[in-house]
Parts: sequence; structure tokens; C-alpha cells
Amino acid sequence: MLSKRIIPCLDVAHGRVVKGVQFVDIIDAGDPVEAAIKYDEQGADELCFLDIRASHESRETLYHMVTDVAEHVFMPLTVGGGVKDISDIERLLHAGADKVSINTAAIFNPEFVKEAAERFGSSTIVVAVDAKRTDDHWECFTHGGRKPTGINAVEWAKRMSDYGAGEILLTSMDCDGTREGYDIPLTRTVAEAIPANVIASGGVGSLEHMAQGLTDGKADAVLAASIFHFGEHTIAETKSYLASKGIPVRI
Amino acid sequence: MKIGLIDYGMGNMHSIAKALEHVGGTVQLVKTAEELGNTSRIVLPGVGAFRDCSAALKASGLGEAIKEKCTEGVPFLGICLGMQVMLTSSREFGLYPGLNLIRGTVKSFPESHPERGYKIPHMGWNDILFSSEKDIHPVLKPLENQQVYYVHSYCCAPENPEHILGVCSYGEFPFASAIGKANMIGVQFHPEKSQRAGMALLEAFLKWNL
Repeated sequence: MLSKRIIPCLDVAHGRVVKGVQFVDIIDAGDPVEAAIKYDEQGADELCFLDIRASHESRETLYHMVTDVAEHVFMPLTVGGGVKDISDIERLLHAGADKVSINTAAIFNPEFVKEAAERFGSSTIVVAVDAKRTDDHWECFTHGGRKPTGINAVEWAKRMSDYGAGEILLTSMDCDGTREGYDIPLTRTVAEAIPANVIASGGVGSLEHMAQGLTDGKADAVLAASIFHFGEHTIAETKSYLASKGIPVRI
Repeated sequence: MKIGLIDYGMGNMHSIAKALEHVGGTVQLVKTAEELGNTSRIVLPGVGAFRDCSAALKASGLGEAIKEKCTEGVPFLGICLGMQVMLTSSREFGLYPGLNLIRGTVKSFPESHPERGYKIPHMGWNDILFSSEKDIHPVLKPLENQQVYYVHSYCCAPENPEHILGVCSYGEFPFASAIGKANMIGVQFHPEKSQRAGMALLEAFLKWNL
């Protein structure tokens, strides 16, 4: 049976992990390879790296970082942040990424997603959707939730899936950072509407939240950052909890 | 022992090369038929569409060279699209010929049903199951009770069920997870992305004595 995926997400800038990873036995909290190896040992199903700086200088170091990580851990790697054209994708894939996440560039130029999916295959293209509740629906936001776009987030996810995105990384801007759980109605609405995989993101504060995202939210995967980084829970603990709730996970 | 890693110019060879080195292999990237000459193991990874892969193997003469090496008994491993190309033909975006190392065709999964949680591509960690009636192939032996990482929209249907070495089921639709015949083996999943289970398979392939 296909397992639900648990994906730790690491924010990086200039090829270094930022916002700190606090594992007990890690020497350099900013070293992406060390963090990746740690999550590999814990049984993460995939790793996600987001370049939060996305400046030219930061990107150059990002490519080296991806290569370095890919030489040490043998699992799927998703990399995103500031991806704006075909050559960005090409360079990330060449560096060793398996999937590339597109965010703002898709809003400005939706055809870019179509072109990318045709060229590199649907399974390589992830579209990040940052959604915020407005009145009776959800709207897409850009620039870390600061700029509204007027685009209906559920419609947008459908369109991106039609354009060939293999996965939608769905972040609730309302829940992000609250530690009160994923936006379940949003996650479920999108998951039931599109053939692409849905990764729930934003708001995890407990293991129960992850279970909710996968059952009530019907997500195919859950992404989390702080709950893992600060050593509150290991991936292994998370998986045995989910398994005890009858959720299929790879142990 | 030198492993010839077939590079037909469609994608990144980095992950698979590193994985093979990780388990003790010496990798040689092979872009021409001549370069295949002194290799004693062949790995054909797969990236892109069947049509492009099949055309690239034909144009470079690598397809014929691989077939010759396989006839000589050199151990061969096809991964994902590299497995699909082992068969006679594929119906991905038209009808295209494969290497015909094993008779059979490549077909698509039935259409997706997101409301039931059945989505295409089949992506993520899933099983490889073995028949209780025959011995597990030595290369696949380390995968007993392990899950492996799959990413694909098409799957292999060999004509002779004897050539199916392991199966997986997705959306109640069973498909061949591994196929093989004599010195040739093909896997639908990505060992180079399947962590310890994947490394164990690659190691078993390097140690495989026919």
C-alpha cells in the first residue's frame, strides 16, 4: 500500500540552514548535509529545501549545497525558492534535485509551469500555493503571504495540476507559525479536487495535527519544520504514532 | 569491476552514479557503443519519455551494443524508464519500439480518481511483493518486507508471467515492480532514492553471480 510521506523542510540561505536545527548530537546546526543525514537516519521519506534568500549569490551556493546533500543521502530531494525560469530548474536538477518547487513565477507566468512539466516531466514539478482565507474562499498570496493576488487558491491548484504540476505544496498562510494545525478544509478541498499529489503545510504543532492532515485533510504527504528541527519529535516517533492511528507509513 | 552507466543525454546521472559508488562500485559513464566495451556490469537509468530514450539509444548505437552485451551474459540492470525500455514496445505518446530484451509492452495506469485518493503519477513509497511459490531473485532478496520509492505513470506488462519477479499494487491495479530474464533485471522503482533498501539492492546487483 502506498505510504503517506513525512517531509521535513529546511529553510536555507547562502547554502546554510537558517532558523536553526537543534538536534542534540549535531555539531553545526547550519550544515545542510549534517541535517540531511540526521533526517535520513530517522527515516524521513523525502527532504525539502527552500532558499528563502533567493538572491543571485544565495543561488550559486544553493547549487553546491544540493550536490553536496545528494552525495550523502539517497532519498528524493525537493528544492525551491526563487525558481523563475527553465534554466533555474535545469541547474537544480543537474545539481541533484529530484523535484523543483515553483511559487511566485507560476503566478506571474502560468505557462511556465506547463513548459516545465512538458520538458522535465510532471513528477519533477511541484507548485507551491500559499493560500489565505478571505470571506468565503481561499486566495493565493505571494511574497511570504504579504501580497494578495485576487486568484482563488482552489481554482489555481486545479489549473496548475492541469498544466502538469505533479504535486501541490499547499501552505495555509493563516495557520503557518500558529502551531494549531493545518487548515483542514483547505487541504481536503484541494486534495479531493485535483489529480496531483497534495502536500499539506503550515501550522503543525503536534503529532495529532499530522494525522489530521493525512486523514481529514486527505493529503498525500505532510511537510513540517519546527516540530522536527527542535527535536520535539523525531520522524520515527511521528511514524509510529501515525501507524498506531491506522495511517499507512513506511517504518 | 567497472559498471557501465548508460548516459543517453536526457538527465542527471549524479544520483545513480553516487549510489553505485556508495556501495563500492566503480562507475564509467557510457555515451557511445565503444565505451561500453570494457564494462562488466551495465546500468540503464531512465529519465524522460520512452520515445526520446528509445530514439537516443538507437541513434547512438548504444541500443545494439547493450543487446550484444546482454547476449554475452553481462549482468544488466534497468531502472524505471530503463526497465520499460527493456520491453518490446510502449504506448506512451504513440507506439514506439524498445530494446526487446524481454517480450512485452508498456502501458499507462488507468485514469486518476482524486476523490478516492488514486492519483497519477504513482509517486511515493510502496511495496514490492514476491510470490510465495518461487525463490526471490538474489538481487531483490534484500527488499523483502521493505518499501521502495516509485515515480511513474506507465508500467511494464511482460508477455510471459515468468519474467515478473516482484509486483506492487496501486489503486487496486497490480503491476510489475521488477522483471527479469537470465542476466537481465529491471526495476520500476528508484533504488538510488530508496535509502538503505535501495543501496542493498545495488550492492546485491554488484555481487550477483550468475
